Amino acid sequence: MLKIENLHVQVEDKPILKGISLHVKEGEVHAIMGPNGSGKSTLAHVLAGREGYVITAGRITYRGRNLMDMAPEERAREGVFLAFQYPVEIPGVSNIYLLKAALNAMRKHRGLNELDAIDFLKMIKEKIRLVEMDEQFLYRAVNEGFSGGEKKRNEILQMAVLAPSLCILDETDSGLDIDALKIVSDGVNSLRAPDRSFILVTHYQRLLDYIKPDQVHVLAHGRIVKSGDASLAHELESKGYGWVDQATVAGA
Amino acid sequence: MNAAHYLEAYRILADDLPGQGLPWLSAKRQAALAQFSASGFPSPREEDWKYTNVSPIEKKLFKPLIGQPLRGQVLDRSWLDSYRLADAWSLVLVDGHFDQGLSVLGGIPEGVIVTGLAEALRAYPERVSDWLGTVVTPRQLHGFIAFNTAFFADGAFVDVPAGISLEKPLQLIHVATHPEGLSNTRSLVVLAKNAEARVVETFTGRADLSYLTAAITEIRIGANAVLEHYKVQSESGKAFHFGGIYVAQERSARFRQHNMAFGGLLVRNEIHSGLHQAAECELNGLFLVSRRQHVDNHILIHHTEPCGISRENYRGVLTDHARGIFQGRIVVHPQAQKTDAQMNNRNLLLSEDAEIDTKPQLEILADDVKCAHGVTVGQLDPESVFYLESRGVDRLSARNMLTFAFANEMVEKIGLGSLRALVQDQLLNLFPQTGIRRDWL
Repeated sequence: MLKIENLHVQVEDKPILKGISLHVKEGEVHAIMGPNGSGKSTLAHVLAGREGYVITAGRITYRGRNLMDMAPEERAREGVFLAFQYPVEIPGVSNIYLLKAALNAMRKHRGLNELDAIDFLKMIKEKIRLVEMDEQFLYRAVNEGFSGGEKKRNEILQMAVLAPSLCILDETDSGLDIDALKIVSDGVNSLRAPDRSFILVTHYQRLLDYIKPDQVHVLAHGRIVKSGDASLAHELESKGYGWVDQATVAGA
Repeated sequence: MNAAHYLEAYRILADDLPGQGLPWLSAKRQAALAQFSASGFPSPREEDWKYTNVSPIEKKLFKPLIGQPLRGQVLDRSWLDSYRLADAWSLVLVDGHFDQGLSVLGGIPEGVIVTGLAEALRAYPERVSDWLGTVVTPRQLHGFIAFNTAFFADGAFVDVPAGISLEKPLQLIHVATHPEGLSNTRSLVVLAKNAEARVVETFTGRADLSYLTAAITEIRIGANAVLEHYKVQSESGKAFHFGGIYVAQERSARFRQHNMAFGGLLVRNEIHSGLHQAAECELNGLFLVSRRQHVDNHILIHHTEPCGISRENYRGVLTDHARGIFQGRIVVHPQAQKTDAQMNNRNLLLSEDAEIDTKPQLEILADDVKCAHGVTVGQLDPESVFYLESRGVDRLSARNMLTFAFANEMVEKIGLGSLRALVQDQLLNLFPQTGIRRDWL
């Protein structure tokens, strides 16, 4: 699904990622953990194609194609989805317009007909139950006045509607209370499929109590310093990131 | 004298102006003529006109359309109907003259008068004399108002007696058909106490036609009366437009105004209101300008008595070489304690060559008041553009969607559903590639 090889990224001439390699296979869930400033969110944004990040070395291959050659909207249409840490508010555009516009763009790209209004609404109503949102949210402006938890659920709703192949969740758990965390996790789990992969970027282990990862990677100072199975997250939780820092220094 | 052409043109037509034989009107016209002869059109040397130079109007020599039928081009009924609100009464002014045949006024309640001003001067001269020229106060007078008073040829007259609430909206459609034509209209909208009405003024003209519209509407809202007023300015891209809306609000009168400016080449909108005790005034505005359009919004609110509330909320979207102006002034007079006034102007500058001049002014002469103003000028937020791109929306559509959204927030404040739909249609026509379609709205 996704292969990152020796990725180096700079922001404003400052190296942030210094040689990341990562291989995510179909159906896998990878967690990227790390302290603040380790480059986790940079990695998520680079995958989605955000401007301002300069790739100075390395390759990213997505389903056999060079991801770096693709514009952000093309990545999205090809099935890459980023759930934002801070979803943007767009007053004046209702949720349902954005969902329709995005879905239409995607279906057109894939040579499919646009869904008619009835089928669309039926599909949306099904998906919105997944994240336990009230239908009135569809008619409110995108994220405007939403609570932190509502914004994150809205991201998962968009993800469910667009049915991507590679889902990147950037600190989706941050700022969520336990109930919202559970709803978001249930939503994600229900979307798990053999042909769909996930990258969960998170600071805390608690998300991984709900979404069980196949692999956990620890990012520090722009490098993956440790990889392992789900138990690595627990180890990290009990020992703290200081442990990883020491390990990095010791290993260097 | 810069206005010599117009003085001469109207001197020849003087006998064709309506209201001949009404001494009170002749006196008003004479005084205005004297003022206009002396001052001419406003000049950028005047503080209130410093951003807008109307000298092209002097050079263009527009032709006053008065007297015999001067229909410029055959009026396409279906084109006119595309501006008409299905659920409203409509009064159509073609090149500044009331056209009964094109108007739809059946079922107006007993006692309510809706007609052309020239007709009203014949049929109800004493009622017109009670109001005409009483809202525009001497401190507002400038060359354009004098010009209009001296030479107005027709307009609309709307008189709603006390306690009557008009169930349907009333639409005044100003349509220009004559190349290089000049329509000079004066309309009066009078609501007696406890009356309620919704009035829409639509301005349009044949595509690519060059003409001048000078339209003044005097509005008087009696105690506890409520007026919702909309102005939709969709003039041709070559049109010159001066529009003055002058309002007097009696005690506890409520005035809610939406000013949508899309068309025209050189446009000046004036909206002035004077608020008596506990009156409320809400002014919403949206101006969308491109190419070399110039739109000047001049907003003035006088709080003359205590406990008044005013809200101004204007947004501009400027592209290409367009220029937009927002001059908003709130004056709180010494007696107007407990005034609550807020003014906000936000602008989206989408091109490096576009220009916005925004000048909010508060003049507070009372001590116990709540007043605030805020102004922003900005570009589209790159974060928002990326958010939409990451959902599969291409960059152009994302930018258009965000621009549409910025404007649409103002359009959504339009309470009148049929008009809101019409304006949203226009908005989508201006930004075709948003990924949003008409049938979704």
